[in-house]
Amino acid sequence: MASIRFNLNGKPQAADVAPGMPLLWYLRDSLGMTGTKFGCGMALCGACTVHVNGNATRSCVTPVSSLAGKSVTTIEGLSPDGSHPVQVAWAEGDVPQCGYCQSGQIMNAAALLTKRPNPSDADIDEVMRGNICRCGTYQDIRHAIHRAAELKAAGGKA
Amino acid sequence: MNAAKLNRRGFLHVGASATAGLLVGFYLPERSPLAAQTPEGQAANAAKLNAWIHIAPDDSVTFMIHKVEMGQGTVTSLSQLLAEELECDWGKFRTEFPPVDPAFGFQGVVGSQSIRTSWDPLRKAGATAREMLVLAAAQTWGVDKSKCRAESGFVVNTSTNAGLNQVKLSYGKLADAAAKLPVPTNVALKDPKQFKLIGKSIKRLDTPNKVTGRTQFGIDTRRPGMVYAAIARCPVFGGKAASFDDTKAKAFPGVKQVVSTSRGVAVVADNTWSAIQGTKLLNIKWDEGPNANQSSANISKIFAERAQKPGVEVSKAGDVAASLASAAKKVEAVYEAPFLAHATMEPMNCTADVRADSCDVWASTQMQTMAQGAAAQASGLPPAKVHIHSQFMGGGFGRRGMTDYVTEAVEVSKAIGAPVKVTWSREDDTQHDNYRPASYSRFEAGLDAEGWPIAWTNRIACPSITNSSGQPPQNGIDRTSTEGSHDMGYGIPNKLVDYHWTEVGIPVTYWRAVGYTQNTFFVESFMDEVAAAGGKDPVELRRRLLAQNPRLLRVLELVAQKSEWGKPLPAGRFRGVAVVNNVGSYTAQVAEVSVNQGKVRVHRVVCAVDCGHIVNPTIVEQQIRSAIVYGLTAALKGEITISQGRVQQANFNQYDMLRIDEAPVVEVHLVESAQNPGGIGEAGVPAIAPAVCNAIFAATGKRIRHLPIRPEQLA
Repeated sequence: MASIRFNLNGKPQAADVAPGMPLLWYLRDSLGMTGTKFGCGMALCGACTVHVNGNATRSCVTPVSSLAGKSVTTIEGLSPDGSHPVQVAWAEGDVPQCGYCQSGQIMNAAALLTKRPNPSDADIDEVMRGNICRCGTYQDIRHAIHRAAELKAAGGKA
Repeated sequence: MNAAKLNRRGFLHVGASATAGLLVGFYLPERSPLAAQTPEGQAANAAKLNAWIHIAPDDSVTFMIHKVEMGQGTVTSLSQLLAEELECDWGKFRTEFPPVDPAFGFQGVVGSQSIRTSWDPLRKAGATAREMLVLAAAQTWGVDKSKCRAESGFVVNTSTNAGLNQVKLSYGKLADAAAKLPVPTNVALKDPKQFKLIGKSIKRLDTPNKVTGRTQFGIDTRRPGMVYAAIARCPVFGGKAASFDDTKAKAFPGVKQVVSTSRGVAVVADNTWSAIQGTKLLNIKWDEGPNANQSSANISKIFAERAQKPGVEVSKAGDVAASLASAAKKVEAVYEAPFLAHATMEPMNCTADVRADSCDVWASTQMQTMAQGAAAQASGLPPAKVHIHSQFMGGGFGRRGMTDYVTEAVEVSKAIGAPVKVTWSREDDTQHDNYRPASYSRFEAGLDAEGWPIAWTNRIACPSITNSSGQPPQNGIDRTSTEGSHDMGYGIPNKLVDYHWTEVGIPVTYWRAVGYTQNTFFVESFMDEVAAAGGKDPVELRRRLLAQNPRLLRVLELVAQKSEWGKPLPAGRFRGVAVVNNVGSYTAQVAEVSVNQGKVRVHRVVCAVDCGHIVNPTIVEQQIRSAIVYGLTAALKGEITISQGRVQQANFNQYDMLRIDEAPVVEVHLVESAQNPGGIGEAGVPAIAPAVCNAIFAATGKRIRHLPIRPEQLA
């Protein structure tokens, strides 16, 4: 099988996988990068969200074969030390409860802020409604996104 | 460290551990209906140690935490209890989940019990360890212990004669000497006015790893040589595979092996995706068993038929028949609630490594002790040979109190002779859950001439959770089926609650807030019907009936005040109220709702909570907001239906969860209290559904008696 070459968290990656294998499982099982989570396998819950060329993307339905020449960022690559404004805002607000969905929430929120640096509540609803949190941390997520926008505007790393 | 090898007989014993340092163990009494199912039976529950403090020479304090974390904040709030009295340096405080060991007693997180059962024992353990460190310092310095004070991980010498280099000694330096001292008894606990950690919104200890993706959930387990498996299970409960053809499955890239398990067929592969794809390619002939014709409609019919006749009396007061006969007015209604799946975000999974003489299990489990028992049974090894490695849970809600997913992983590892991670697909997780039971409730109330209720009857038909867990109800009564009704807090002089234990072939289990999830909806909705029939304001009626229930009355008054009950709302918005006393706490909620063309929107929820002494206010508020979203998801969306013995919903497109754009703003108001702590993880769930439905009645005049709320009920 042909090797798929793409950029993963800033480094070149060559993947040899079965045809059709989704990025999620390549990350988790082949590479041992378990920060990206499995929730539904059908792009219904957002737990597996990563960035592909900067866009929030559901890795559970994204075949590795579609990534040739593209750039992928996972929660492990969002910042080296949890210093991305979204992560800082999340930590400030103690947003996570069980925490399982939060990698996906954070990746989706980070992509939102790239496109809309000062999102309204309606913007947040529109984008973040794709991510389920079964612990119901939505109110805290909303506050944290507004806070991250402030941090980013004040010069936090992006 | 092997806790079992240490000698512990009294309340608190100390021994030098294999590693240097002070090791303190203590009892934590556990009230558990499941105790009889521990591997060692009930005797194992008697006076066993179940948590540990380890102070290392580098001054780090490790709390071997006997409870696990599923989001409820236990790791942080239990640490606050221990560290408050230990006077250690919070910056050097660590937690670990210890292995399952009979010496720890029963290990599990159920029934919002963690804080309640740990409140005294953990503070005593911290205080006793602190006292020993102080005594060790006093001996080292040759001064009276009254001259020594513990403070932030040091013992300070306050004696005026102390030399400069004797001013203070760290806990790490004192730990070995302290460990050799006899254990003091009756060490005094702090006056709550002196608390520095308890009652404060200390930041959660588990947050940093949860914002970087580093937290290890069960599903993140990786072991050397590990393979991956998924399992095809009979779609009908109780059925099993009669025969199967695995030719196509084995031909799928990555698939290595196909093996039978006790309730299905496992596909083993070199990655999870191939394993899941493989299960779809299995050609299995199922023996569907006796439940193959069951349906939701039939279950409803069975409930209704049973409820025609009196059930077993669960609670009774006064003379219901006479008071109903003399009533000026009567109100009757029938309510129903559906089966519900738990839908934890982390689907069920387990990693097992079964060897000839050992069995290691990595699991996110609410029930470490029972997981050990299940693995022992499936592996054929004694419990002592089974090592449970507790992982963080991506949600529990009662689902992870079961051990079916542990049994399966152990079976597969044993069959293939290799470490294996079994992962459930979302579809598996939804269709092979044990469910919040469907339930049926018939009410009749009698009102006097002034419109106040004088008689109340409630007949319930519901499957038994304890029976599903292997403990058939004694005398036909399972209180998890009637809680929220038989123990409702209202003073009505004539009252009867009776119950029909009704099995319908669908496995059921504990679901966040258990019986209160349906019965509080039933009772608080019908109470609103009684208020309307008697021409009473819903708060006014409850206030009168709660005259003898001061804690519930107080949260009712607080929520009425904070929600501005009685004051006009913006056009189109309406309020509903509900109260509940469960898990040792008291909550009242007011929901603000609008209804447009059958679509219900919950804008704001005000919740007043009395959960006794508060350990961490932020965690309490988080749990209430969480519980309200959990309960509202069920009210607006939650329904598992059965057709031909099968669950009809599979993934989130058919069994959806509340999303951020549907979540109300939640305002939490906490009552200050010196009472012992109540539970909090489940306290906020029950009242939201009736508060919302009562607001819908205020908005539309339509009474929701069957959950979930459907637009067609309001059209």
